Amino acid sequence: MSGLGWWLRDSWEMVRRNLIHIKRTPELLLDVTLSPIMFVLLFSFVFGGAISVGSEGGQDASYINFLMAGIFVQTVAFAGIYTGVLLANDLQKGMIDRFRSLPMSQSSVLTGRTLTDLMRATLAIAIMWVVGMLVGFRPEGGIGGNLAAVAIMLLFGFALSWVGVAAGALVRTPEALQGIIFAAVFPLTFVSSAFVPTDTMPGWMRIFAENQPMTLVVNAVRDLTLGTNLYAAEVPSVIWSVAILVVSFPLGLWLYNRRTTQ
Amino acid sequence: MIEAVGLHKSFGETHALAGLDFDVKEGTILCMLGPNGAGKTTAVRILTTLTRPDSGSATVAGIDVLRHPAEVRAKIGVAGQYAALDEILTGRENLQMVGRLYRVDAAAAKKRADDLLAHFELTDAADRTVKTYSGGMRRRLDLGAALMAQPPVIFLDEPTTGLDPKGRLSMWDLIADLARGGTTVLMTTQYLEEADRLADDIAVIDHGRVIARGTADELKRQVGGERLEVIVSDTPGLAAARRVLEALGEGPARVDEDDRRVSVAVASHDGVLTRAIRELDSAGVHVDDIGFRRPTLDEVFLSLTGRPAEETPEITQ
Repeated sequence: MSGLGWWLRDSWEMVRRNLIHIKRTPELLLDVTLSPIMFVLLFSFVFGGAISVGSEGGQDASYINFLMAGIFVQTVAFAGIYTGVLLANDLQKGMIDRFRSLPMSQSSVLTGRTLTDLMRATLAIAIMWVVGMLVGFRPEGGIGGNLAAVAIMLLFGFALSWVGVAAGALVRTPEALQGIIFAAVFPLTFVSSAFVPTDTMPGWMRIFAENQPMTLVVNAVRDLTLGTNLYAAEVPSVIWSVAILVVSFPLGLWLYNRRTTQ
Repeated sequence: MIEAVGLHKSFGETHALAGLDFDVKEGTILCMLGPNGAGKTTAVRILTTLTRPDSGSATVAGIDVLRHPAEVRAKIGVAGQYAALDEILTGRENLQMVGRLYRVDAAAAKKRADDLLAHFELTDAADRTVKTYSGGMRRRLDLGAALMAQPPVIFLDEPTTGLDPKGRLSMWDLIADLARGGTTVLMTTQYLEEADRLADDIAVIDHGRVIARGTADELKRQVGGERLEVIVSDTPGLAAARRVLEALGEGPARVDEDDRRVSVAVASHDGVLTRAIRELDSAGVHVDDIGFRRPTLDEVFLSLTGRPAEETPEITQ
């Protein structure tokens, strides 16, 4: 078998291990099942009546139509970064030493981890999609548009899970990373177009909000799911995700290698 | 089969290894014996490609550890003090996964896992998650994982630390079996008894260096030969026992008043024991115990390092 073949086989082996973990400790899925459902329901019912979104809410000009892209991207982003917590967890246990001493492809530990988290993100999207439809979400972007939206979200989530790998290899404990994620990712989701239109923000904040990757991905997903054409964010959002991936993938590998050969 | 030359490794101010040299011949067991912090674990981590030394070189099965770590990994099995297992997987799943990662094909890995589970008396627990295993079961499974690809070289880092006596004995049997089957074993231990029992060769390590090397017998000879030892029933008997023993043996007798123990170096066994008993009896000394004693590895360690083997401060890695 070629190097690439072995790498794929080893990565699959790691995915299989992670899936067994999920099967035996289903609470590992709470962050991609229960939390997004709560977010959809809370935001749409609590804020829905108070926030006016105009044409950004699609044909119905409804808040739930506007909101769904934001909830999707927020969930996928958190699930992606959360890779770091799961990796930091693994790094505290002896299993990584076992992997290091085996003639396997060493990076497959990381690709297996990030691929599993891509599956977790896909599950989250499916659940939110159904819950959203139940409370009025009308994605009228057609099959092509909606599939493209999902692809853009997953690419963003995958890129962030490599940021998570880098962060997970840096921190001493998974708990420390949880705190950092909370402090870093929450502002990014709120100072974005995820939950409210950006045009009511003060000018300086608006400049940041409208150009940061979260907003661009949310806007692209919003246009594609609703079949609107307001932001032209598709290409910039993909560029952002690829740029994040190009930096965080080698950085994550390098930090992981450095951490595990101490 | 294993060779290390001039290994140096520092962690900040701590010099874990300070020029470590040794070799292990094919099919033999080398015990690295030393207190906590002597550098044993660091040495094993370097040879198993987990850590890079600051300087020095090493080969395992003829392959350079620093230049070709991936090839070395295909030739070795590693089991340690902290069993490297996945707690959430079952015993069987752990072994099969490790087997497949050794690139054993899936069917063969399945068969080998079943064989090892049976050999290590884990068949009944095979489908339980490792979380539910006792310490001894974990160590056996960990060793099983190391053996999945039948590697020619096995590294065991303190394989019995923390095990109860029964667990320790069963581990010893398994390790002795390995060497009988032709596997080369490098193991570390803090237990002199363990080295005495298993090792073909012992390397005593202190402060990151080999300070003595040889078989258990050779090391004991280094400290001095056999002694005749008497434990008397009452303290007043000590002085008389001392006179009797000094007349029989060589050099001054050693007297330990607390244990009521008197001993003297002897050159040979010939008739010494019968004469001793007869003369002690006629001197009116009541004896609780009498016999020949060879120095223990504890005494070897004490005489080599000037301190007992186990009461040393702990420095991790």
